[in-house]
Amino acid sequence: MGDKDAVLVERDAIEATLGTALARGGEFAEVFVEDRHSTGISFDDRRIEELSSGRDRGAGIRVVVGETTGFAHTADLSVRGLNQAAEAAAAVAHSGAGGVRTAALTERRDDPVGTVGIYPEDVDKATKVELLARADDEARATSGSIVQVSAGYGDSRRRIVIANSDGLYVTDDQVRTRFAVSCVAAGDTGLQTGYEVLARTIGFELFDRFSIEEAAQEAARRAVRKLSARPAPSGPYPVVIKGGTGGYIFHEACGHGLEADHIMKDASAFRGRLGTSVASSLVTLVDDGTVTESWGTSTIDDEGHAAQRNVLIENGVLTEYMWDYLRARQDGRESSGNGRRQSYQDLPMVRMTNTFILPGSEDPEEIVAQTPFGVYLAKLGGGQVNTATGDFVFGMVEAYLIEGGRITEPLRDANLIGNGPDVLMKVDAIASDFDMSPGTCGKDGQSVPVGSGQPTLRISSVTIGGTAGD
Amino acid sequence: MTELLDLAQKIASWARPGEEVEAFASWQRETEVRAYGGEVESLSSAESAGVGVRVVAQARQGFAYVGNLDESLAREALAEARDNASFATPDANVGLASPDGIAPTSLELWDDSLGAMATEEKVALALELESQVRAGDPRIREVVSADYGDDQSEVAIASSMGISAASRSTTCYLVVYAVAGEGDDTQTGGGYSVCRAPGELEIEKASRDAVERATRMLGATKPPSGRVTAVFDREVTAALLSVLAGTLSGEEVAKGRSLFAGRLGEQVASEAVTFVEDPTNGFAFGASRYDAEGLACRRVPLIDKGRLVAYLYDTYSARLAGARSTASAVRAGFKSTPGVGALALSLTPGDLDQAGVIRAVGEGLFIQDVSGIHSGVNPVSGDFSVGAEGLLIRRGELAQPVREITIASTIQSLLQGIEVVGGDIEWLPSAAAGLTIAIGDVAMSGS
Repeated sequence: MGDKDAVLVERDAIEATLGTALARGGEFAEVFVEDRHSTGISFDDRRIEELSSGRDRGAGIRVVVGETTGFAHTADLSVRGLNQAAEAAAAVAHSGAGGVRTAALTERRDDPVGTVGIYPEDVDKATKVELLARADDEARATSGSIVQVSAGYGDSRRRIVIANSDGLYVTDDQVRTRFAVSCVAAGDTGLQTGYEVLARTIGFELFDRFSIEEAAQEAARRAVRKLSARPAPSGPYPVVIKGGTGGYIFHEACGHGLEADHIMKDASAFRGRLGTSVASSLVTLVDDGTVTESWGTSTIDDEGHAAQRNVLIENGVLTEYMWDYLRARQDGRESSGNGRRQSYQDLPMVRMTNTFILPGSEDPEEIVAQTPFGVYLAKLGGGQVNTATGDFVFGMVEAYLIEGGRITEPLRDANLIGNGPDVLMKVDAIASDFDMSPGTCGKDGQSVPVGSGQPTLRISSVTIGGTAGD
Repeated sequence: MTELLDLAQKIASWARPGEEVEAFASWQRETEVRAYGGEVESLSSAESAGVGVRVVAQARQGFAYVGNLDESLAREALAEARDNASFATPDANVGLASPDGIAPTSLELWDDSLGAMATEEKVALALELESQVRAGDPRIREVVSADYGDDQSEVAIASSMGISAASRSTTCYLVVYAVAGEGDDTQTGGGYSVCRAPGELEIEKASRDAVERATRMLGATKPPSGRVTAVFDREVTAALLSVLAGTLSGEEVAKGRSLFAGRLGEQVASEAVTFVEDPTNGFAFGASRYDAEGLACRRVPLIDKGRLVAYLYDTYSARLAGARSTASAVRAGFKSTPGVGALALSLTPGDLDQAGVIRAVGEGLFIQDVSGIHSGVNPVSGDFSVGAEGLLIRRGELAQPVREITIASTIQSLLQGIEVVGGDIEWLPSAAAGLTIAIGDVAMSGS
């Protein structure tokens, strides 16, 4: 489908577009050009169900006047198409007194945060297809209780150009590769499910580095173990979260509440708390868009700001919020590299990248041993938060009872519910292990890839939403 | 609209002998205005369009899309879809829909007045919405978002099997989200109004709901755990119905991924439950003349007085199960292939209004909002556990607000436990109608 390395739009056409965008008195204008190729393969019910290929190409243009943003997008990257979109975006500027302003663009080149070993477009489809059947074979071989397996492969290459009226001109080339497998096990107690995903901001070398077979086995085992699971308890209990599997809880519980848009609109439980103690002194929380290969990693954010490492909570003290261009501008400061958007059709907003808790010093097994009764959470599902109140929920898709300091019986799926600021204070043990996992974060209708991570840690009390009494 | 259908038909006509080709073309024009602090925070206006091409050849399916209506790009997409098909595993059940002689219901889903509406009027609505909520109660501390939005969309589906379907619709909405505060306590609530013509928007209803929902939660506490009779507010019921429809997908059933597999004819719910999918109902937000494969939408009774009577099928799953399509193919847009889904679900309403249901229950828990429905409901095992907030019911009236609780059960038990279905049916901006229901013996986890 055309030359994947061709120049998306000539620089002088972008300069001209910025000129049009500013002509009615805009104070700031930005052109975001995107060309995205994606491939998806689905495997289900013992067969390759479908391959799909997609091409999305277009530009989003925004104009800022005072506190108001005008936005328009177009799939037409001709000079005419770009100009029409610029005029539509500029319509919010009523003064008409902009006159002729030009943006002299200077290209900035950032050191890439990673390299792509094998571009997925250079791998033939047959090789990709073969991965899925391998996962199916392996999952079914893991246990005779596995009755259904589905698997999915996806890759994307997203080339972007960002230019703005401050003279910024940057480009990036982002490649992501993903593989997921999902199993259904059947037993006397009904059906149970298990899931595992591999996803990195790298190319097809993902499969040289990680084993599809291991992922399939893990998904199968997860489903089979739950066949003998008992209902989760109901009420507040200590919860030990296995390293690398529950970082997303902090993404929800406090990450969203540290996004400057929520802070500035008084819709965060963390507003006005900079410099104060918001968490147990064991907790240091970081958002870092530069973590090598992680799912939320990129060289620049979607406003052209270089990705960076931001320490949000240090030893329990709130040190910083996350910022995009617009909120930083309103506050008279620099963006923290957290301006992201789903596609050229969306306005950027403050988003997390890779968010994680730094490791501590304890032995993970020792933390379990020191828990007389509670829940061991080995895999989290999805969750959501109300940033204004801090209340969040999470699905547990692999969990066990802890009895007498030992991990015992598996538990059926349930949600847990807590309050972000409250849970941060209740982190009472942090181990020295650490891992990250990939996820998708949704906010205001836009989805972006994120990473999250954490060492094994314990929260002294969280409400478990099961059906069993004590 | 004819341009889209022309393009779709042209692509379908490129089918080679022995090959089935389907084109799904769509176009959309959207506006969104967000008001904040008496100003326009953002104003977005956009047109988008694209085409998705499905090819079936030698019992294998391939797909490709392009976010553009350019004919040469569509031709490239067809070539790509063709190539993709060659890698799929042959499956005799794969194939495009064939016309089945059922005529589409006549529905008026398009309103010309939207296209004629000036941007200034849209801006004024968003500003007025924000202002009404701020003025609605002194305890409203912030209006996080107050949005006016609309879209005009057109869809055309054509295939080499003789499918030719075109439809168009308009939607406009107001949606507002407010934060209420009193002392250290903070609570949130939202309100909205959705319709096909801007003249039907109910700005007072949207603002009143947001104010009431946010303020009535102030002072909420975490109650002790226990078993309760739960009364679901309309939106909560709609969310439950959408999850339930997922478990009745003929594809999931055929692939052994549904708790309702093999249970046709059984009593799966209480007798109060009659559950129907009916996109031919013009009041439904999801009303549609055609499904996503171009077959005429039809009424599909799923549960009759508690007895499971049917599953939902698209063309593929119907063939898999040896059944007929119920015209229940849905798709997220031109970027994806069709799958089984529902558009307009509803329970047959009873007689009581919401206050009547609450009175009838006497003691229990009124649930205003749930969270984590996607993470906490397993449509395969039926395990159900979601975060909730709402108000306790005491002596037939709403009483103390409660938060940070979960309610848990299984889909199977919830259906058997439905004691009352309210008569307060309201079509919501989702695939299901809202009405108040009461469910006995639900586990509530609190302190």
